[in-house]
Amino acid sequence: MTYFMMQFLNGLQIGSIYALIALGYTMVYGIIKLINFAHGEIIMTAAYFIYFFMTKWQLSFLLSTVLATLLSVVIGVLIERIAYRRLRNASRLSALITAIAISLFLQTLYMILFTPDPRAFPMTATRFPVLKLGKIIFSSWTLITIVTAVIVMILLQLFVSRHKAGKAMLVVSEDLKGSYLMGIKVNRIVAMTFAIGSALAGIAAALYIVSYPQITPYMGSLPGIKAFIAAVLGGIGLIPGAMLGGFLLGLVETMTKAYMPSQLTQLSEGVVFIILILVLLLKPAGLLGKSESEKV
Amino acid sequence: MSTLFAIRDLHIFYGSIHAVKGINLEIKEEGELVSLIGANGAGKTTIMHCISGLLRPRQGQILFKEYDLLKVKPENILETGLAQVPEGRRIFTRLTVEDNLEMGAYTRHKKSEIKADMEKIFQRFPRLAERRRQPAGTLSGGEQQMLAIARAMMSRPKLLLMDEPSMGLAPLLVREVFDLIQEMRSEGTTILLVEQNARMALSIADRAYVLETGRIVHEGVASEMLHDERIREAYLGS
Repeated sequence: MTYFMMQFLNGLQIGSIYALIALGYTMVYGIIKLINFAHGEIIMTAAYFIYFFMTKWQLSFLLSTVLATLLSVVIGVLIERIAYRRLRNASRLSALITAIAISLFLQTLYMILFTPDPRAFPMTATRFPVLKLGKIIFSSWTLITIVTAVIVMILLQLFVSRHKAGKAMLVVSEDLKGSYLMGIKVNRIVAMTFAIGSALAGIAAALYIVSYPQITPYMGSLPGIKAFIAAVLGGIGLIPGAMLGGFLLGLVETMTKAYMPSQLTQLSEGVVFIILILVLLLKPAGLLGKSESEKV
Repeated sequence: MSTLFAIRDLHIFYGSIHAVKGINLEIKEEGELVSLIGANGAGKTTIMHCISGLLRPRQGQILFKEYDLLKVKPENILETGLAQVPEGRRIFTRLTVEDNLEMGAYTRHKKSEIKADMEKIFQRFPRLAERRRQPAGTLSGGEQQMLAIARAMMSRPKLLLMDEPSMGLAPLLVREVFDLIQEMRSEGTTILLVEQNARMALSIADRAYVLETGRIVHEGVASEMLHDERIREAYLGS
């Protein structure tokens, strides 16, 4: 039971990171129906920013994270402005291919700039005591990660349910033409969506490298793709879906790793893809997705 | 008196299909209720999409007050004072009733005035008031139509375009919607009502245009058209 609880907490920890990233995928998809495959690279660039702020400028982890998150917002908004906006009315496939191109471009750019050699995140800066709850032992960062993610998600939920711009975001995602009729300035709302998604990715990057302290130009792809699966699992385009999907995926992944016979652990990365295939086969709209019918 | 709204020699193509073939339509006075009637496929919704900027015509003009609407971006049209109740209602199902109304007032900024307008609407529609915090998707079809109309009114439009507000509603609800349109008109709202239900539309409109396969084939005073033999035979089924 102790082992199970420890693994459960680990699952929630990685799950909350997936959830934060998945929100970026799902909000962008909701609003312009684009799977933004460059989203994982926002995590990677944010990780490099944090690394350089901490090692070159000797800034604290917290301050580095704040600055990196702001820079992620700038990069996310620029990507939309430069690469995606002019494709808004193009076929979905063109936009998708562009997203993949941006992803490869950023990976390659960072490889050229900073070499493919992994850099080690300065762990000493984030060393906190280990926590104990009865027999359950866990890292402070497990708690910090989960709490941070939950707070961010509550803030996001409040924003979309209370703030006018947040509601406008839901409106654009539900009915683009209808949003024109309300006089909603769609480009502004799209830019805002990219800004929020990228900020969440920046925060996720900080929480991720504390536990997986290797920074490489490719580090964004795996958490990126898993978060994408989380978004699909919960129901792509749905904010609560991304949260649920993220936590579930983190739990399933961690539990499989924890209880799988040791000679099979190599296969554990594949589990999330099996989940993707199952969702697409059994419930393509995702756990929270449903098709709404018109009322008379 | 100058013309409030005018469509001049409008031609719209879908690829090579000439869907709207040079129509002219005018709303001269404020407070007028003008109806555009026609059967399914006559081109009514095509014209509406053109007015809201979602579709570009091959030729022609759409003028509203001092604006050339074809030069205004879709997202800026509401701010000229022209609001729409779109075909199929297009309410935002995931937002609450209240939030739908708030979105109707998106371009307005004085919160106290918006609040006051919203309260007025809730007094007028007790059923919407009861459901103000429910997602709009849970409303019945008739309630959704009322909400779509109320939402359009939240922008305090100079001209209200209504695209088939009776579509898909039970006869009793159609009656209710038309009563509401009449009421709004008596309060001074200028309305362009696009309808398939010719009898109902003619019974409340001041003037009307009949659209048939992309052309205006009749126009005149609505009450006279209601008794015109040719129109009775073609559109009123008697």
